[in-house]
Amino acid sequence: MIRGLLIGVLALGVIGTGYWGYQEHQEKNAILLNAENNYQRAFHGLTYQMDVLHDKIGATLAMNSRHSLSPSLAEVWRITSDAHNAVGQLPLTLLPFNKTEEFLANIGNFSYRTAVRDLDKEPLTDKEYSTLKTLYKQSGNIQSELRKVQHMVLKNNLRWMDVELALASGKEKTDNTIIDGFKTVEKTVNGFDETDFGPTFANLQKKDENFKHVKGKPISRAEAIQIAQKYMKLDGNSKVKVTKSGKGSDYGFYSVSIKNQKTGQEGSMDLTKKGGHPIWFINHRDVKKQSISLHDAMMRAQAFLKNTGYKELELFESTQYDNIGVFNFVTNKNGIRIYPEAIKMKVALDNGDIIGVSAEDYLKSLPTRKIGKPAITMEQARKKINSNLKVMEDRQAVIVNDINKEVLCYEFLGTIKDDTYRIFINAQNGKEEEVEKIKDSETVYEDVL
Amino acid sequence: MMKKISLLKVVTIATLLIASLPFMQVPKVQAFSNQVIQRGAVGEDVIELQSRLAYIGFFHGKIDGVFGWKTYWALRNFQYEFGLPIDGLAGAATKAKLLKTTKYTKGTSTTKGAAKKTTGKASAVNIPKGFSQNDIQLMANAVHGESRGEPYIGQVAVASVILNRVNSSSFPNTVSGVIFEPGAFTAVADGQIWLTPNETSKKAVIDAINGWDPTGNALYYFNPATATSKWIWSRPQIKRIGKHIFCK
Repeated sequence: MIRGLLIGVLALGVIGTGYWGYQEHQEKNAILLNAENNYQRAFHGLTYQMDVLHDKIGATLAMNSRHSLSPSLAEVWRITSDAHNAVGQLPLTLLPFNKTEEFLANIGNFSYRTAVRDLDKEPLTDKEYSTLKTLYKQSGNIQSELRKVQHMVLKNNLRWMDVELALASGKEKTDNTIIDGFKTVEKTVNGFDETDFGPTFANLQKKDENFKHVKGKPISRAEAIQIAQKYMKLDGNSKVKVTKSGKGSDYGFYSVSIKNQKTGQEGSMDLTKKGGHPIWFINHRDVKKQSISLHDAMMRAQAFLKNTGYKELELFESTQYDNIGVFNFVTNKNGIRIYPEAIKMKVALDNGDIIGVSAEDYLKSLPTRKIGKPAITMEQARKKINSNLKVMEDRQAVIVNDINKEVLCYEFLGTIKDDTYRIFINAQNGKEEEVEKIKDSETVYEDVL
Repeated sequence: MMKKISLLKVVTIATLLIASLPFMQVPKVQAFSNQVIQRGAVGEDVIELQSRLAYIGFFHGKIDGVFGWKTYWALRNFQYEFGLPIDGLAGAATKAKLLKTTKYTKGTSTTKGAAKKTTGKASAVNIPKGFSQNDIQLMANAVHGESRGEPYIGQVAVASVILNRVNSSSFPNTVSGVIFEPGAFTAVADGQIWLTPNETSKKAVIDAINGWDPTGNALYYFNPATATSKWIWSRPQIKRIGKHIFCK
């Protein structure tokens, strides 16, 4: 009797476990499938977009007039952005797949730049035309490679989850079509690395100036420590460590770290080898209750900049994050604000110590620029802006515009209803270079929950 | 016996009085502390400034305790109307004028007669340009998952790498795109990104967004002790921070 009961209970248990296991298995499969589907969607999206891209560039080339290209170039731009997005969703990070992404970005930049230009006044140059032709050919090559991969994927029912596993384990099967296919695609792009995008394209590299324009003699380790001491106080308890930049860095720098053994406080700083200019500095510590105002903190930051030899800087933005004040200073040369030359400062509001400096932008945009004379007057520029804007402030300013060129502008700061806008009008041709709605503070959502 | 009772009474009454002291405070007319209030500031003084400017009809926004652009223009208009130097700073003269022309009681804000309760604490925060609190939260999650236990600079560095990738043409163009790019971050792959981040990682993210990049424009980093991919070693290395090597 008892034996029968026991067998019954055990049998039930076995059946139950089996059922539960089956359910778990089903769930796991569903999730795997879901992930797989996402990859599949991205992959097929990519191949589709490459198809469309190729066709679109082709259509652009076929257009007879060089003047009416703008809409189709804008279309090209939109598609590259979609394709770029799709590439990002594929599990290819373990595979060096940068060249293809870069290629897409380059097409995007080229088409955007030509699409926004007034082609009536400035039609495509012969060089740009031939660039477009090369891009057409290259996108054709990528497209056909991708199609091959796609075909194999569909034919053999390949799964991206397997690709990921293969990549992660480092054990590539000999017949891994997807990996091999993408390697070929990457190679195809590599082959035409040196496409000439025309002279205007050089500007895109502008950001990577690598502190070329920084002046000064190379400094030694000892000098680096000496400079760092201006930012961090040294005492008997301090331990100083200096390391040189690695081989992969585009420019030489020293990293100095000063650790106070007693308080555990640690300040770190990078300085350019050439001239010993501080690139950034952070002294991380717990900032206690606020005891000085943001305004006082700003005065201290200003005084500090003056004492360390930065000239002609004026405050552009001040912001308080908890008990820390963050200040953004920009150069002001003869009443013209040079926005690219910005230095950021962090001040602790408990005792007014400078706890952070970032001069990277400042050092990178130091080239001796020639600020031209404006061709239009402030009044003429003012007429170009939306008449609903109530102008509160105006000045001249140099900014980097959306095609990475430095331009002299008239800056207008004003309001439409409750919103504040910053508008830059090109001082040479009256073009609206940038319209920015300034974001105010954001409500804390904690109360809502 | 009588004496004992009266003693007890005295003690009881005294205790009651002391206990009720905090409730008996008369609502005090608040006046600014002596700081100069400038754009970007946060706190009680800003609440008072906004309340006073709202009372006199210059400020129409939400009284949130953050000195933003709306408050700035309201203050400048106030200075203009009352013949003060227009500098957008609430200094001694401006504050004195505000005290004379407006009323403010701590804990309430009066806009054209209608009194509203305020908490006395800022209900908004400053956010770096182009980002939302959610972006920062997402990044803080990633930074915490990837580099908790690293020195502070190391956490700023990880946040910088995320931002450098957003700016790079070889990676997706959004923060979420970069973070969720499959396989890009181990913390995303193994779910550590959903650990609750601490305040430090949030601070590190804000520093990185505000322009501090300790990595020298790195796009990759790895932990040499645990890295499994051979490929990562082929990247040109820039520097080492804590346990991570940062590379181009």
